Amino acid sequence: MTQRDGIVKPKTKRSKRFLQSREAKLIENVKNAMIMKGGNTSETVTQALKDIYALKKPNAVMYKKKNITRPFEDQTSLEFFSKKSDCSLFLFGSHNKKRPNNLVFGRMFDFHVLDMIELGIEKFASLQEIKKSTCPEGTKPLLVFAGEAFDTDNEYKRLRSVLTDFFRGPNVTSVRLAGLEHLLHFTALEGKIYMRSYKVLLKKSGCRTPRIELEEMGPSFDFTLRRTHLASDDLCKAAHRQPKALKPKKKKNISHDAFGTKLGRLHMQKQNLAKLQTRKMKGLRKRKGDIVEGEEEASLKKTKTDE
Amino acid sequence: MLALDKNPPSIREFRENKKDEFLRSLARDNAQLLLNEIWKLPTERVDEVIVAKLPEPTTRLPREKPPPKPRPPTKWEEFAKLKGIQKKKKTNLMWDDVHKEWKRRWGYKRAKDDTKEWLLEVPETADPNEDQFAKRNKAKKERVAKNELNRLRNIARAQKIKVPGIGLAPTGQQSKSELEKAVHVAKLSTASVGKFQDRLPKEKAPRNTGKKRKFQPLIGDFSTEKQKQLDILKIMDGKKPRLDINKAVNKQMREEDMESDSKKKALPAVSSRAKTRAILHLWAGGALRKARSSGLLAGTQRLRSQRGGEEGLFLALGPGASLPLVRDPAHGSPSLLHRILSKPRRTCQCQGATNGAFQPD
Repeated sequence: MTQRDGIVKPKTKRSKRFLQSREAKLIENVKNAMIMKGGNTSETVTQALKDIYALKKPNAVMYKKKNITRPFEDQTSLEFFSKKSDCSLFLFGSHNKKRPNNLVFGRMFDFHVLDMIELGIEKFASLQEIKKSTCPEGTKPLLVFAGEAFDTDNEYKRLRSVLTDFFRGPNVTSVRLAGLEHLLHFTALEGKIYMRSYKVLLKKSGCRTPRIELEEMGPSFDFTLRRTHLASDDLCKAAHRQPKALKPKKKKNISHDAFGTKLGRLHMQKQNLAKLQTRKMKGLRKRKGDIVEGEEEASLKKTKTDE
Repeated sequence: MLALDKNPPSIREFRENKKDEFLRSLARDNAQLLLNEIWKLPTERVDEVIVAKLPEPTTRLPREKPPPKPRPPTKWEEFAKLKGIQKKKKTNLMWDDVHKEWKRRWGYKRAKDDTKEWLLEVPETADPNEDQFAKRNKAKKERVAKNELNRLRNIARAQKIKVPGIGLAPTGQQSKSELEKAVHVAKLSTASVGKFQDRLPKEKAPRNTGKKRKFQPLIGDFSTEKQKQLDILKIMDGKKPRLDINKAVNKQMREEDMESDSKKKALPAVSSRAKTRAILHLWAGGALRKARSSGLLAGTQRLRSQRGGEEGLFLALGPGASLPLVRDPAHGSPSLLHRILSKPRRTCQCQGATNGAFQPD
């Protein structure tokens, strides 16, 4: 029995707060990513991991040591690390003869692997190679996926979902317009996936919306799709299930017709005409003493009408 | 802030142009479209910065962890719900008459704090040497421990783990020794503490169930040990046989029980006519001879000795004596009931196992 099961009570307020931060919540924390190296990594892979860590920085953990595991063969150690560092996204880099320059993007649900997608790096330009421009750490990027494969192919669709999950950053309600500085562009073309990262320059255009210029920023990758491990439909459904409390409540008596017009249905009670306020006059004003008489009159009237 | 360009990028252009240039122009176009959409959103001015309000995200992404489940009710909460007991909100502060100020109801610096008393009354019934302060501390610790145990039990109940109860709870896989122990306990748990329970064939007597030997401490107070030795010596020295009153009383009681038992057994079997002449209570000694000599009894009565010939002999009637009570139906006139009963029996034989009472005539 671990502390998570609520059997061992936290002894200090601090540890209690820590455990609370890791509990399952209705509105969840930002997903953290753990970035780790396999038993062997090439210089390319190491640099790639470092760059992605830089992109993801406030919500990521970089594992310094080698972890000799193979995610597609045994996921237990990944699940263990995920539980330990409370990360539900992972990026695993490795390099061997069979699969050179290998990156595995993956995500977890309830500390079990949901999806894993293996990408091979064909070409890589790191952040340091392209030194022209930078943007501040933790900038929420604009994500653009181009190519029909992202809409039709099942694996590409899932890859899009994984990448969105990985790079989207925190969930926000509003965004500073001048802060839209970073663009991540994924293009699926001829069986390859081109990931490019640009700095967005907002230029004056004469009208309200600015004209956009892009400046290549790095890191940029040319990926090929290798092995995949996609979640079964049941598990996927369970992971996507929205809790009842978060679902928007149905508003009663409001409907929309085919033209998008909002229609409402009203229920009016019958108005009590006896209590209707007419024009106020000094002579008709109620006095404190009169209240009893007035009530009696009213009751008398009632009896009369009943007859 | 996610856009999806469903249009397939033209491959020809991709091949003609330089690759990076093409990708950049594509990205620029897509980004321009996305930003145009963002600029359409309602804006606000917060701290001299223009902020666009984002709509609810439409792309559904999987959750990190399953949504939290409501805490299952504790045993008390279930009970309170059943009985309709509702929580009453109490104020945090209460007036302390002793200190003349408002104090917390419980916790540190609480009103009516009974742990702060420096003097405690010793109750009349209590042992005067008992430390009342220690007793209070111990009671508090036990209350805390009990509460903790109940908390753990509630958790176990919520997770549907078997709560360890008192005694031998059945577990999933029982070992041989556990089963033997369970059988032993079950056998003993009758009204007569297992006195009349039969043994199964090949059942072995339970081992190691008796009291374990306990030894006196090697050091410490020797007075008890001395007393014991003296007692043994006294018994060995004495010329009178020792009388164990418990044993004697038990023996006497058992004998009386047996007597009344045999009387009860003899009585109902004998018809009122036979009772007067047949019951003879004979005591040891020449009783056996007497019984044999009386020719009247010899044929119909059977001698039965209990606990050997010494203690007492009881005469009871044999099976023949009870004959007059039972009437042989063959000799009497065949009654109507008998005829009715015999008919369905015949149909039963041909119909098999069906109930004769439901057969149509």
